[in-house]
Amino acid sequence: MQRFLTPNALRTLLPVLSLAALLGAIFYLQPRTMSYFGLNLLLNLAVPIALATIAQMFILCVNDLDLSLGAFISLTACITATWLFDTPFLGILALLACIAAYGVMGALIHLRNLPSIVVTLGMSFVWTGIAVLILPTPGGSAPDWIRTLMTLKPAFVPFPIIASVVIALVVHIGLMRSATGAVLRGAGGNPKSVERAGWSLLRVKVTMFSLAGLFGVLSGMALVGLTTSADANIALRYTLLSIAGGILGGGEFVGGRVSPIGAVIGAITLALAGSFLSFLRLNPDWQIGAQGAILILVLALRLLISARENRS
Amino acid sequence: MTALIQKPWIWAWIGAVSMWLIITIVTDIGAGAEVMSAAASFGTFFVIVAIGQMFVITLGPGNVDLSIPACMTLSATLAMKFMNGDPSLLLPGLLISLGVGLVIGTLNFLLILFLRIPPIIATLSASFLYQSTAIWSNRGLRVKPPELLGDFAVAKVFGVPFLTLAALVLTVAMAFLLHRTRFGLSVLSIGQNQKAAKLAGVRVERVRFVTYVMCAVLAAICGFFLAGFSGGAALNMGEQYLLMSIAVVVIGGTSVAGGFANLTGLWGASLFMFLLVSMLNTFGLSAGFRLIFTGAIIVAVIVISGRKT
Amino acid sequence: MRDKALVSMSGVEKSFGAARALTGVDLEVARGACVGLVGHNGAGKSTLMNVLSGVIKADAGHVSIGGEPLDASYDTARAASLGVRTVFQELSLCPNLTVAENLRISHPSIKGFGWRKSARNVIADQLDQMFPGHGISADAEVGSLSIAQRQIVEIARAFSKVESSIELVILDEPTSSLDQNTAAQLVAFVRSFVADGGSVILISHLLGEILEASDQIVVMKDGRTVAVDAASNFDRDRLVRDMGDVLTETSKFGGRASTKQNAPAVISGGELTVYPGEIIGFAGLSGHGQTDTLVRIFEASQGARNTLSVSEPAVFVAGDRQTDGVFPLWSISQNIFVSSLERLTKGLAINFAQAEDEAQQWQKTLSIRTPDMKNNILSLSGGNQQKALFARALGAKAPIILMDDPMRGVDVGTKQDVYEILSQEAEKGRALVWYTTETDELKHCDRVYVFREGKIMAELSGDDLTEANILSNSFDKEDA
Repeated sequence: MQRFLTPNALRTLLPVLSLAALLGAIFYLQPRTMSYFGLNLLLNLAVPIALATIAQMFILCVNDLDLSLGAFISLTACITATWLFDTPFLGILALLACIAAYGVMGALIHLRNLPSIVVTLGMSFVWTGIAVLILPTPGGSAPDWIRTLMTLKPAFVPFPIIASVVIALVVHIGLMRSATGAVLRGAGGNPKSVERAGWSLLRVKVTMFSLAGLFGVLSGMALVGLTTSADANIALRYTLLSIAGGILGGGEFVGGRVSPIGAVIGAITLALAGSFLSFLRLNPDWQIGAQGAILILVLALRLLISARENRS
Repeated sequence: MTALIQKPWIWAWIGAVSMWLIITIVTDIGAGAEVMSAAASFGTFFVIVAIGQMFVITLGPGNVDLSIPACMTLSATLAMKFMNGDPSLLLPGLLISLGVGLVIGTLNFLLILFLRIPPIIATLSASFLYQSTAIWSNRGLRVKPPELLGDFAVAKVFGVPFLTLAALVLTVAMAFLLHRTRFGLSVLSIGQNQKAAKLAGVRVERVRFVTYVMCAVLAAICGFFLAGFSGGAALNMGEQYLLMSIAVVVIGGTSVAGGFANLTGLWGASLFMFLLVSMLNTFGLSAGFRLIFTGAIIVAVIVISGRKT
Repeated sequence: MRDKALVSMSGVEKSFGAARALTGVDLEVARGACVGLVGHNGAGKSTLMNVLSGVIKADAGHVSIGGEPLDASYDTARAASLGVRTVFQELSLCPNLTVAENLRISHPSIKGFGWRKSARNVIADQLDQMFPGHGISADAEVGSLSIAQRQIVEIARAFSKVESSIELVILDEPTSSLDQNTAAQLVAFVRSFVADGGSVILISHLLGEILEASDQIVVMKDGRTVAVDAASNFDRDRLVRDMGDVLTETSKFGGRASTKQNAPAVISGGELTVYPGEIIGFAGLSGHGQTDTLVRIFEASQGARNTLSVSEPAVFVAGDRQTDGVFPLWSISQNIFVSSLERLTKGLAINFAQAEDEAQQWQKTLSIRTPDMKNNILSLSGGNQQKALFARALGAKAPIILMDDPMRGVDVGTKQDVYEILSQEAEKGRALVWYTTETDELKHCDRVYVFREGKIMAELSGDDLTEANILSNSFDKEDA
């Protein structure tokens, strides 16, 4: 038994265990959720949160932190609900420009050796500003094809579960199994040696930030598909959720250690945590605080694991 | 002259003066005087929180206090609720505010110390708890300050807001603390090289503790007087102070990488940020553009002052 | 073809700020030969190798590889395409990747479908061939390996045969963490590699290893080459002499009498005991827990609870100046009085006049070469920066001085001055704990603790304090 519960195994298990514990608690509190429709309802917002967490994970992987992600996803949601709906061509161009802007942000951070925290915090105001200009008041409509995709009702397994598995596997193969993925992660683990081996760190940063931008865009689109409208502040809390999800999923703040599968599981756990809190009839005043408390709890759990690691 | 140009704080002041000139030219000298007076009032609040943030940022990479807005809100809410408009409770109210700052600063530091996580994550997640506490305690209402506090917050001496004078005194004291005392030099040494500071005998954790508490206490005091100034404690009262505190520090010529700071620039940068928004208003720009400009200018300043790899 | 030089460097110069790391170096490496490169820390060996492998650019001089002169565009990618592979002194594997994935990082040609399998096979074969019985899985995450295993992986990675050519392998201190058995395996492999026509540059502090593995030996001192000859013309004594150590009659181990143990110990815990007035040496291979122990003594002196009890305040002299010592934004005098802030505080403020006065005194005492102590610390050469760090520690007036291999990059003249000062400080009753990678410096110590794998393996003093005893305790006895 002792052999299997190594710190590494525990770290991998932490997201799975917390998800299982949370699901168990929810099923106990509300047995009716243990059904196709119940799960569909519970996991409603899991897909955009999972996509946001994956986006944050790319940034974490190169030892940076994105504090603008929530604002960015709000912006892409606004674009999706307006331009992409009215004039799809313009909408696609705008979303591509958003991804490119993330790439440029990565290049700036690398070339000028800037603290990503301050740059992204500043950019969050820019994203919100643009979003307010595009959509001054809540509104807009979801393009039909996104709406159709997000409300699919496949047989037996609810759509959010299928989508989460697909997202996790695609990113896992791309980042964890591919030859390019090894270099991208290596740049987080030991940038100097990756550079000495002849790889361009600039290219790595731009790639990772662009990927984050891409998944941010997908998250915004998925969100609009569910809510059918948008506003400039719709996803602000995704900044914290994505960080918490990535860390809960076994990622580290430094050193390039990330896990896409863990990140998706972490995101689902956090999506469920919202439902769980409402089942507990927690005072809505404490909903925001509960998010912070969950993040602190997760970090404390991980600390216990690494303390165990140091002892062994 | 060249010596002046090389001062890290000079650009913030040049920016502030140019903004004011533009506003004055576009409108008229009367409006210019009026906006200057407003800038001094609002800038005072920016400076108070920015002083704390400056000490925190000077501790080095990763050190930023993101709980400032929540701390301001919670301090103002609890204090206003306690006083409930009664001027005789002003002093105990202020003490409650200080207590909130002490508790929040201590909690922030304990999270950083025991969870061994980047301060930015610790203060961010904790700020949600503080914010929830504020929401829970004031139920979304605007709690009015005692009239006396409101009068005090807008009082003027020879045409200069009294709070501005007090903040100037505070600035001088803090400059002394930063440049001439053991504590200040310890902060600067940690910011340059934390490991070397520890090995040189600097009590790193003690200094970080005092710095985070100081930052939270200043935010709490700022929240207290801001509530008096703006007619009550509101849940979103601290909102703009998060970015503003960081922006004012960075634009004021303090190094984001840590280890180098100055207080002169804080005033220039505070006035600049307020006047910038006023100028955008003068040109009739909407909220969206104001946000974009504020964010873009902060990023631009960081990019320009950033170190090349 | 075999006689033609593979690498030819001439007049290579390199400065870092005021510090001149290379002052016109010539070096030739023949095809099918192993060149041993020796010299003290700071002699410029690593800088020279960084130039050759394209990590940094020389300020002046000519370098050609395979007869092709290199221009300003030479970088690590170009070096790789010319078949130059380097094992750097600091580990350069990505700890978050597996052994096989790390091979992929240094060999871009491993890609496409099935790359994991081929990478796994290549590195596993190479490990089996070089280090039989290594016990390292190609799928292990590097972060989970021991330092020695990482070093083995790194060496095997450099010798791996993938698509790109392999002409020259630079090994910068490859054996610092390896046990004798593994080090011998490496030497044997290097011999067979050069027999097949490859070239190797080997840097090592272990002179026996250099003598055994090399065809030719180059000795460096103060940024230039001072001796070049066939390995067969060298022996240990000549190497030591050429490296610049003057072995006089009086300098022998255990030269200081150890009779100061009448006062109560200032440091105690486990096998470790230090009395006032003593100079205690920490020996052993680098990275085997000496620095960690110094840091733990330091932390205990500040009140941290660990296994050591330290009864007096301690100061720390860092050896890795950039990482552990220097405050880069500050002046020389600020860098000195930072450890004396408490003493210099009068009322609320620091007495800067007194601080500057004391700094002036230190400038004279330690002859720190600068026109003004208010200049930035980085305007000093490495050796003078180190003097400032000594001044910081001595000025703090703490009874215990901890030194973490503090003579790196310090010239011989300064060293003699510092040895003299250290001896005086010990006479005054201060306790000195001195970790050094240069065995000869242990001659200044009363007693020596030898470290291996984080533990104290032996305490040597008096007649037992010999180089042979230090070496034999540095290595795993089963392998010796």
